[in-house]
Amino acid sequence: MAVRMPHWFRQIWNTKGLSRWIFLVGLFITLVFVVFAIFAPWIAPYHFNQTAVDGVKFPKLGSASSDHWLGTNDQFYDIASRMIWGARTGLEVVVMSVAFAGVIGVPLGLLSGFVGGWIDRVLVFLMDAIYAFPSLLLAIVFAFLLKNTLGGGVVAAALSLTAIYIPQYFRVVRNTTVSAREATYVEAARAIGAPPLTIMRKYLFGNVVQSVPVLGTLNAADALGTLAALGFLGLGIQPNEASEWGYDLSRALDDAQAGNWLPAFWPGLMIVLLITGLTFVGEGLNEGINPALRRRRLQKVVFPARTAGEEVSS
Amino acid sequence: MPTKPDTATTENRERSATVLDLDQLAVHFQLQGNALSRLLGLKGRVVKAVDGVSLRLARGEVLGVVGESGSGKTTLGRALLGLAPTSSGSITYQSADRGPRVVSEMRGAELRGLRTDLQMVFQDPHAALNPSMTIEEAVGHPLVIHGMAQGPELKRRVEEALDKVGLSPTERFLTKLPSDLSGGQKQRAVIARAIILDPEVLVADEPVSMLDMSVRAKILQLMLDLKRDLGLTYVYITHDLATAKYFCDRIAIMYLGRVVEIGPTEEIFDHPRHPYTKALLAAIPEPDPEKMLPRNLPRGEIPDAAEPPLGCSFHPRCPEAVRGCGWESRDLRALVEEHWTRSDTAFDDEQQILGDLEHLDAPSTTATLGSGGSSAVRGILDRIKGEDPDEPLWSGVTSIEDTGPGVTVHFEKAGPPALRRAGGVDVACVLYPDETSDRDEA
Ligand SMILES: Nc1ncnc2c1ncn2[C@@H]1O[C@H](COP(=O)(O)OP(=O)(O)OP(=O)(O)O)[C@@H](O)[C@H]1O
Ligand code: SF4
Ligand SMILES: [Mg+2]
Repeated sequence: MAVRMPHWFRQIWNTKGLSRWIFLVGLFITLVFVVFAIFAPWIAPYHFNQTAVDGVKFPKLGSASSDHWLGTNDQFYDIASRMIWGARTGLEVVVMSVAFAGVIGVPLGLLSGFVGGWIDRVLVFLMDAIYAFPSLLLAIVFAFLLKNTLGGGVVAAALSLTAIYIPQYFRVVRNTTVSAREATYVEAARAIGAPPLTIMRKYLFGNVVQSVPVLGTLNAADALGTLAALGFLGLGIQPNEASEWGYDLSRALDDAQAGNWLPAFWPGLMIVLLITGLTFVGEGLNEGINPALRRRRLQKVVFPARTAGEEVSS
Repeated sequence: MPTKPDTATTENRERSATVLDLDQLAVHFQLQGNALSRLLGLKGRVVKAVDGVSLRLARGEVLGVVGESGSGKTTLGRALLGLAPTSSGSITYQSADRGPRVVSEMRGAELRGLRTDLQMVFQDPHAALNPSMTIEEAVGHPLVIHGMAQGPELKRRVEEALDKVGLSPTERFLTKLPSDLSGGQKQRAVIARAIILDPEVLVADEPVSMLDMSVRAKILQLMLDLKRDLGLTYVYITHDLATAKYFCDRIAIMYLGRVVEIGPTEEIFDHPRHPYTKALLAAIPEPDPEKMLPRNLPRGEIPDAAEPPLGCSFHPRCPEAVRGCGWESRDLRALVEEHWTRSDTAFDDEQQILGDLEHLDAPSTTATLGSGGSSAVRGILDRIKGEDPDEPLWSGVTSIEDTGPGVTVHFEKAGPPALRRAGGVDVACVLYPDETSDRDEA
């Protein structure tokens, strides 16, 4: 069982024209940020939380120099280091929130679609209600609620985003389950005596999670934007817990008005770049895997060279 | 494996070795109405997919279930395994070693446990296999589910089952996905999965109808070999009388949820009694037994299963229909409209007098029609009758009375005919009244 990677990758690779390039560009951008995230301690010249080196305080709003490639901001942080560490924070939150949402949304959707009846109706209603809520508002509410219990760290931020995305996984999985439930192989599973849980695990799961990876990448881009928005509003990750671009951006706005726009430019650029990368990957995946959207590259048919003297057989 | 008795051919042994005993089995599906009627709490329509089927399956026999599309064959087969819920009546399973158990009363784990004894083979082998499970997983899963084998023992038994169905060398198939196999190979895998639990009864729902002509005979031969080697009992569901003739000991002909004729294969083929059986047989061109029965008979459509005809449900299409077949309002409408198709002037003249016929579609043994005066309506009815005085519908009319601007036609009430002994078979048709006083239960 399991979604076989080479299979879908081949599918995307064979997709025609633009969507293939979109996917590859997105993948490249995303990979750069992944490298930043993983190797932040080695790439970044300073720690995200560092305001002094060897007892010498960094300048406030210092301009770019060999010590500080992108200068420093109003909190004496080294901007370049904040940007690189920010990739780690962003990706951590994105991966966690999307994973949590999947881990909760997928089984719920499977259960709801398979069992049907009132459980299904209650869950669908609940999820629709959450979905109808503006997502940022929902994230703000959860961030408020979680701030007291979990503080202003990465986990709290990820959890406040999770709730936004659960309904999407739920919906996709529930709807595919509802149609897959009628498949003959599910009836066949019943016929060999499989209990409901086994049917869901062994017969439905592998066949209904196919669309989840695409949804995951699309949500990732959205999650990063929402995280930045939370940070911008001061409800996200606190600057001493981790480096977060949205927060840095909001701090830098005053400076931008005062004429120094570099401290605002860099986090803004980071946010835009990573969102673009993730969106491209998601759209590329979506077009490549979704057969309704897919336009295959025509593979050239190569005829083996005819050897001299060969008869043309009818 | 317990030794099982030989194929019982004589009736006495047949009765002593019953595996499945159906008594007035009914499976009704409640159709969901539209959103509005659900809001109003109105009940949707009911499809009587299986309606009052009584039969006994003898250990070791092959019972063919034959009928057109929608006659309820699949539903009957599913009900035998408890996959379709019984609405009324009962199914009793007499296992070789555990005595009688009532399938129709089983639920949950008990029902799932039953599947070690009753198994099913599906029409579409491709759809019946989980696309993301290897053949090894798929065929071995029944053993895993019932906790009957694991590890090397599991693998050994999977290989044994694959060997039995001719998927050898087995190593070539173990790691394959269903999409890597041909249709015939997939059906073999499905059969392997069904026999791995060593069941007593196999319900085969059109097991070869989706396969290439070239592999059909091979799969049927495989099933016969398995039956001999494993002592299986088959319920063979098909719309193809030619394979049924080759494959079955007995045949049950189904029409709209009911068994209309059941008996030994030879008797059914040599002396078909029920008009529906005759029509089915007439549809196979004799010199070419390979030729398939068309899914639907050419003459007439199968009626709506949610509102089957009153009386004998075959009567609207029956060439031999007589008085007691259950004539009703819808037949009258059909007759009037047929009359109109014969002449345009008749339609123009009479349509006004007869008025709207729409309401006749509600099945009833009284039909009120006409808006242009009783005598005019009677005149039209007489004219229609005059065109074809032999039309059996008229014999089913008990009286015609004047009501307001029209008339009310009363039809003789009739229920569906019961299965009755006739020669070597049982037939549900008024043309075959009870032959013996000591009615057989068959
Ligand atoms: N789950 C269900 N819900 C509602 N109606 C059903 C259901 N299953 C079957 N039916 C109806 O019951 C009737 C009998 O169907 P069934 O599938 O048993 O016929 P069949 O004889 O197997 O036909 P075919 O030759 O096409 O396979 C049909 O009218 C069908 O629409
Ligand atoms: S009862 Fe017999 S004769 Fe009458 S309609 Fe049915 S099949 Fe025909
Ligand atoms: Mg069927």
